[in-house]
Amino acid sequence: MENRIAAVKIALFFLCLAPLIHYGWGAWQDTLGANPIETLTRGLGDWALRFLLITLAITPLRRVTGWAWLMRLRRMLGLFVFFYASLHLLAYLWLDQFFDWGEIGRDILKRPFITAGMVAFLMLVPLAATSSNAMVRRLGGRRWQSLHRLIYPAALIAVLHFTWMVKLDITEPALYGVLLAVLLGVRLYWRVFAAPGAAMQTGFPRGGQRIIPIQPRR
Amino acid sequence: MLIQRPHDVPPSEITPKSVFAQRRRFLRFATAGATALALPKAQAAEKLTVTLASPYSTSEEPTPYRHVTGYNNFVEFGNGKEVPAERARRLRTSPWSVTLDGLVHKPRTLAIEDILKLAPLEDRVYRLRCVEGWSMVVPWVGFSLSTLLKQVEPLGSAKYVEFESVVQRDTQPGVRIPLIDWPYTEGLRLDEAMHPLTLAAVGLYGEVMPNQNGAPIRLVVPWKYGFKSAKSIVRIRFTDHEPPTSWNKLQPDEYGFYANVNPEVSHPRWSQARERRIGDILKRPTQMFNGYADQVGPLYAGMDLRKHY
Repeated sequence: MENRIAAVKIALFFLCLAPLIHYGWGAWQDTLGANPIETLTRGLGDWALRFLLITLAITPLRRVTGWAWLMRLRRMLGLFVFFYASLHLLAYLWLDQFFDWGEIGRDILKRPFITAGMVAFLMLVPLAATSSNAMVRRLGGRRWQSLHRLIYPAALIAVLHFTWMVKLDITEPALYGVLLAVLLGVRLYWRVFAAPGAAMQTGFPRGGQRIIPIQPRR
Repeated sequence: MLIQRPHDVPPSEITPKSVFAQRRRFLRFATAGATALALPKAQAAEKLTVTLASPYSTSEEPTPYRHVTGYNNFVEFGNGKEVPAERARRLRTSPWSVTLDGLVHKPRTLAIEDILKLAPLEDRVYRLRCVEGWSMVVPWVGFSLSTLLKQVEPLGSAKYVEFESVVQRDTQPGVRIPLIDWPYTEGLRLDEAMHPLTLAAVGLYGEVMPNQNGAPIRLVVPWKYGFKSAKSIVRIRFTDHEPPTSWNKLQPDEYGFYANVNPEVSHPRWSQARERRIGDILKRPTQMFNGYADQVGPLYAGMDLRKHY
């Protein structure tokens, strides 16, 4: 079982790199269209949001399928959210604005969609910084979990960031919005209506300070 | 000074023919098969007889043909810049006529063939600045719109001109979705419409206008954001009031009636101070009136361009 999970994780790791390879190759071969910087920036943002939704899908998926091993993939997926969000931000700062800090500052203050994007990114920073087992231990399970609930507002703001960026047809951000609503909705539903015993399944035992690090059992 | 000597070689003669010949062959192959029968025969790029190089042309390097014809906003065909090039093949551009009416002495409906005979065609290489922050240099073919407008003898009461784009429900998937109150309409003040820079364009790169660029006839107003330059025009109406315009109706705080290129006035969602010329990496500063301030500045003397954005 451990070997199989290790293999799944390695495969998943390379799969998660596919979008980066796609855009990197496209930039190298000049196949990203007439406005490659826009294609690249938007593509990286799309993938940050997609990985965010995939990460948020893990818990409900585990609950529905009963596949506990899914939880072992969640951290890597979460870190890929941060990875693509960082590249998306870097593409904006570097390729779009060429580190013109005055212009960037005005953008953040004046353009609501940029403000939202920055806020969402800042919310991801402490989550990435506290992703290690050592940090989980240092914070304690409950505090760690409370902190990591930041992913919910971050996801909402990220969808808002996309919606406000779009010029006319908001079909695509609306689609992400619906998926996010479903993923958050099932959590709310389970929290409100689930049988009392079901709390056992939400990651950490209630009331206890015991830490259950998410790492391979030996 | 932007008014320059005509080029020794008009852009129509420097077209990278091999590039688009290949592309067209590819498109024809791509449409072969079941769909080919349902589609009008793919038009071979037809050369236009261009007799004049315009003194209004910029000497800047034209944006490559593949980008001019592959990166377009034409919402009647849907969203996404590559979408028009993929879908606009089906647009029916023949027969085509343009109705000129409203406050005029002689309302008329002119066939495109007759419009093409109104004046000698000119190569006009203009900068194009999109409200989204990118720009191109396009070697248009056409003549001053005023030539066309004068055919119907506008009344003294005519103050504005409204342009209406075609709606073909069967060929334009975008118009089946009411994102915009179709048809797409745009408008100019009469003096803007009569300005010699304002172009009735019927082609680019020396050839008949590609469908995705607004065939068979479109407006080009080089000192305004691209959305003002209505494509595939079927009607031109003279009015005494400012006509409602599509983007302005959707988001009046984002898209003004005037929509003059102005680096000082930001769009609410992005700065307009700079632009990325398609093909460039670094952005360049945006020029007032897109660099046509000498010619068109006087049209707006005394106007508060922050208010009339």
